[in-house]
Amino acid sequence: MDRRELAIKVGAPTAFTLGLLIIWQFACWAFKIPLTILPAPTDIAVALWQYRAPIIDNSFVTLWTTLAGFLIATVFGLALGIAVGWHRAIYAGIYPVLIGFNSVPKVAVVPVLILWFGLGEIPAILTAFLISFFPIVVNVATGLATTEPELEDVLRALGASKFDIMRKVGIPRSFPYFFGSLKVAITLAFVGAVVSETVGSNKGIGKLMLDAQASFQVPIVFAGLVVLAVLGIVLYAITAAIEKRFTGWAFRGQGAH
Amino acid sequence: MVYGRAEHAVKAIEDVSISVAEGEFFAVVGPSGCGKSSLMKLISGLHPTATGVLTVEGRPVTAPLKSVGMAFQNANLLPWRTAAQNVLLPLEIVQPHRRRLRTERGAYLERSRKLLESVGLAGFTEKFPWQLSGGMQQRTSICRALIHEPEILMLDEPFGALDAFTREELWCTLRDIQAERKVTVMLVTHDLREAVFLADTVYVMSNRPGRILKRCEVPIARPRDLDVTYTQEFQDIVHELRALIGGRH
Repeated sequence: MDRRELAIKVGAPTAFTLGLLIIWQFACWAFKIPLTILPAPTDIAVALWQYRAPIIDNSFVTLWTTLAGFLIATVFGLALGIAVGWHRAIYAGIYPVLIGFNSVPKVAVVPVLILWFGLGEIPAILTAFLISFFPIVVNVATGLATTEPELEDVLRALGASKFDIMRKVGIPRSFPYFFGSLKVAITLAFVGAVVSETVGSNKGIGKLMLDAQASFQVPIVFAGLVVLAVLGIVLYAITAAIEKRFTGWAFRGQGAH
Repeated sequence: MVYGRAEHAVKAIEDVSISVAEGEFFAVVGPSGCGKSSLMKLISGLHPTATGVLTVEGRPVTAPLKSVGMAFQNANLLPWRTAAQNVLLPLEIVQPHRRRLRTERGAYLERSRKLLESVGLAGFTEKFPWQLSGGMQQRTSICRALIHEPEILMLDEPFGALDAFTREELWCTLRDIQAERKVTVMLVTHDLREAVFLADTVYVMSNRPGRILKRCEVPIARPRDLDVTYTQEFQDIVHELRALIGGRH
């Protein structure tokens, strides 16, 4: 990375974030906004430090439920996506149900999950899974559907089976779509886990924020939001890095070589 | 061969009979949509015949022929594989190479590199498709069609997307490949000069439903040089074929 690129890739986001924080801090001070409405960044920083033990404790729960749900969604989404992309009959059969299912707000499903599995981590994991598998399925199926027919002819003329074509061409070609969808899925899984914690659970950042809100400890609520934002960025960055590692060939001309 | 169903069906080709000798280079030319590509799909066994029988080497064709190598207008290389690995692809499908590939991958890769070098791609075997020019990609695609030593090489407008100079360069490459390997080649093309320059026999097809209008043997002696294309004899043949295809001028 030369200096110019470094300035764009590191300098620009840092400057923007700092600027935002400064405006926020200044607005809180200038308009004398009460702590119970909008705490200033410095108040949030103090709360973060003061309550670091419960915050770390609860973040850990949210993080592992998110990742568990995300992993299940990845495996299940990949399998279902391949099945849907494999044959038009499977596609036609599953798609309406899939879209209907995806249209149901997952908040509405959480009470049912709690009813079945009780309070705890399982409803959060399942919500994270349910909310995040859909984009994976759609993307993998799209990737498979865009296999060039001529290339398929080349292989079929050699006596390749449908399985051969999938393995050699279809699945590798759907990889950029798959990894692209993981970036969407990881943020969704995170949302799912927190939503579930907010509706009903005994641990997690969502629960921590709910309790803080009930006792008007607004800086802690905002500390929770900051933690969520940071975790979201980190998880996204990790999936993006994995994507680049595995499908560098799809990012030609963007400094991949 | 028929596309679609019942009254909407489009008859793509009708009563086509072509006899080809082993090692012959034949070209099929005709107006757009006359069923040239359909004919190729039939011969390769990718598409079943609606009525009638299709025989290749005396045997009726019912399933894809494995002794066929194909290349199209788009090179269709796999972007996640290097040129050499792309060329290797058919060997991962066709027996007995498929079985042996696991243990002798190195030897097979070497064979793939040799083939690429023979078409002037030395130094580019480890490059990815997007690092190659259009002409290089097409050379790679033709190598992929040749690696399993097919008895028939089928090319559907293989040079259609290339500029004029690259195209002529690749004509010569194809000419040399065919001369060296004695493989039977079927070339489907719009380009009459290409057909006359390369082929022993040119078949002209009519508009839909496609029929063979004329079988024209090219009397020009082999090996042919690019200069041949500027001779009167060559021009006359091209003109004659052009008149058969018709269309408004």
